Amino acid sequence: MSRFDSYDRLLRQGALDRRGFGRLAAMLGAGASLSTLWPGMAGAQEEPKKGGDLAIGITGGATTDTLNPLPSTSSLHAATNFMWGNCLVEYGSDGSAVPELAESWEPSADAKTWKFNIRKGVTFHDGKELTAEDVVWSLNLHRGENTESGAAGYMTSVTDVKADGSHAVIITLDSGNADLPYLLTDYHLLIMPKDSELTAGIGTGPYKITEYDPGVRVFGELNENYFKPGRGNYATVELLAINDPAARTAALQTGQINVMERADPKTVELLSRAPGIAIHRAAGGGHYPLLMRCDTAPFDNVDFRLGLKYAADRADIVDKVLRGLGKVGNDHPIPSGDPFFAKNLEQRAYDPDKAKFHMKKAGYGGEAIPLSTSDAAFSGAVDTAVLYQQHAAKAGITIDVIREPSDGYWNDVWMKKPFSVSYWGGRPTADLMLTVAYKSDAAWNDTFWRRPDFDKILLEARAELDPAKRTAMYAELQGMIRDDGGALIPMFNDFVDAAVDTVKNFELSPQYGLAGMRAPERVWMEG
Amino acid sequence: MPDLVRLIGKRLLFGLLTLFAVSVLVFIGTELLPGDLAEVILGQTATPEAVAAIRAKLNLGDPAVLRYWRWFSGVLVGDFGNSLASGRPITTVLLPRLQATLFLAATAAVIAVPLAIALGLLSALWRDRTFDKTTSAATLAAISMPEFFIGYLLVYVFAVQLGWFPAISRISPSANFGQKLWAIALPALTLTLVTTGHMMRMTRAAVVQVLSAPYIEMAELKGTPRRAIIFRHALPNAIGPIANVVVLNLAFLVVGVILVEVVFVYPGMGQLMVDAVSKRDIPLIQACAIVFAITYVGLNMLADIVSILANPRLRHPR
Repeated sequence: MSRFDSYDRLLRQGALDRRGFGRLAAMLGAGASLSTLWPGMAGAQEEPKKGGDLAIGITGGATTDTLNPLPSTSSLHAATNFMWGNCLVEYGSDGSAVPELAESWEPSADAKTWKFNIRKGVTFHDGKELTAEDVVWSLNLHRGENTESGAAGYMTSVTDVKADGSHAVIITLDSGNADLPYLLTDYHLLIMPKDSELTAGIGTGPYKITEYDPGVRVFGELNENYFKPGRGNYATVELLAINDPAARTAALQTGQINVMERADPKTVELLSRAPGIAIHRAAGGGHYPLLMRCDTAPFDNVDFRLGLKYAADRADIVDKVLRGLGKVGNDHPIPSGDPFFAKNLEQRAYDPDKAKFHMKKAGYGGEAIPLSTSDAAFSGAVDTAVLYQQHAAKAGITIDVIREPSDGYWNDVWMKKPFSVSYWGGRPTADLMLTVAYKSDAAWNDTFWRRPDFDKILLEARAELDPAKRTAMYAELQGMIRDDGGALIPMFNDFVDAAVDTVKNFELSPQYGLAGMRAPERVWMEG
Repeated sequence: MPDLVRLIGKRLLFGLLTLFAVSVLVFIGTELLPGDLAEVILGQTATPEAVAAIRAKLNLGDPAVLRYWRWFSGVLVGDFGNSLASGRPITTVLLPRLQATLFLAATAAVIAVPLAIALGLLSALWRDRTFDKTTSAATLAAISMPEFFIGYLLVYVFAVQLGWFPAISRISPSANFGQKLWAIALPALTLTLVTTGHMMRMTRAAVVQVLSAPYIEMAELKGTPRRAIIFRHALPNAIGPIANVVVLNLAFLVVGVILVEVVFVYPGMGQLMVDAVSKRDIPLIQACAIVFAITYVGLNMLADIVSILANPRLRHPR
């Protein structure tokens, strides 16, 4: 029982809150940008400065870590991976898919077969030149029954990876997926020299790892041959594993580190007033649903669900639980920054009268509705439930807040109790988010909401290459979840990092904190 | 004298027997972890093939006694096997951590033990006077606060406000002894504050008790100088209890400082063991447990021996 517990927790909340979205125009890979700088930073005003030593205090380090990128789970792992390695595609700071080791790509009409053209003249740290062979070998590490890769879930849909000449790779999928380039931005899917040692940390990345002390520090020196212009600016980068937020804050204030991953929401207001410190805040896709089981009475009645949805004062919850570091949710899991976010869908507001109306229609007579919660779901889950209890009381709804034990919450409460507080880390694409939690047959369909028409549109949207049609389909899906589904989603969280203000070009990413975990290659020191 | 040697020999033997018993308990404890060990290690991603492979690798099919013997005979020659999570030999993972922990513990002990004993003696001498009351109040206050709170206070005052010492204790491999001491100043000070109170109060109590004994009164009546009373008559008789409480605190400095390690980001044994448990890295857990057991048993043995040496009645048992 404990093994499922820890695994779920890891995937669902622990390590890396991920989310993402895409811009379709760039997704089709119109080829490498002509900008002299790297495409993602084309808008930057200043010229990057070279030199200096960067020290980043970061969470998620453990003594048991290795440099093997396959089982990576935490922020430290992801940032380490992006220090020494690259993917085929980079998740751009504007949400676009930016060519990285692949300089362009072309899907077939059904989005099932993709050709990726590999950048020429790129060398690994050991001097070997990158070829299609290396790409095929590296991607195949994530396929098959026994792979320990964290990307294995996506990669099961890949049926074949083969080289097409020395600098092109053909990837075949079992069904069409217009989001493939986004999936290849995953920090597990690093390209390594064929047949290399997985724990060697040899890649094409901006920093060569010269010292590695698991759970303590990762030290890298600049790769002079890095292929991206304007990237990899500091002479050395050091990641320090500092799991305690107070210790990270003190280290930043005393200058022992220049960048702090995950500022403490409780003190970030104070920290922002400290001289010489800048707060970097990016909207994220992690969200905090109150889950109603649509297969269990009384939640099987759509009016009952709607009544409860209207009874939440979302702004109040964002304000008090997230201390304003987040956005209100609209009862569907797609964040407002996503290009597929349904812009025309009206934001659901706190409306006790409408709540009363729907509850009455559902035959509700004022009896107590148990809501299971625990801070195991997320820090602040109990407060969220209690706040919601107050909001609902004004609509004549009695919520009975039940504090469940933290231990075993994901086994005994999540997907078991009819009404519970939960957490979802964002997913890199809208398709993944909807598939993993709302498709009828999804293993983690935690609202037990089953709509064959939803599933059908979801599959069609995945393979649709026309952006306008796709956007309309996703808007329809979001509307279905919002008005019929079992998730009351009051809020989305932000990624909040802090840095000394001499650290420039901290490009925010909607995908992860720490400039998309790519701060080491993106930032430079003010000269 | 042969008596004494035999006594100490007996203590050593008991110590070794205790360690053996602990090694059995550690082994059984890790056996008792819920679920099949191989499945626990692999987590939800476990496929039957992978489970079988791990079972074969760990020889889980063999009887427990045989596996225990294999493990124990390795431990006897200092071979703890390889870490399951990282594949590295456990001794290379463990030794730098142990060194770091011992360095911090030794530094804290060098400050705390003499300080506590001196304060305890003076408090006993000047019983119920201002000095005694002030020391009591101050040390009690220090042990009443959780160690991470003391740590944060020290960081706030000495690192953030005054900038005298670093907030996190990074020791670069090339640092010299002075730089290392500077780096661990705040955690060492935290541990000093946490442990001094206990040792000081026990010292005071032990000395006070001895000072109220009739033979001290006799010595005073005879006109023996104060200094001689304390150091010749009182202290040797108080050494037994003092040694015991000192040892208890030394053991704490080695095995119980995980919170201080976290606050100061100090790479010691505590963090290592917590990581090992959360990753179900069984050989690493076993190795940490054995090292901690050796520390406890060894230090307690030392306390016993010191008590025996200091106490003629124990030195010459009838």
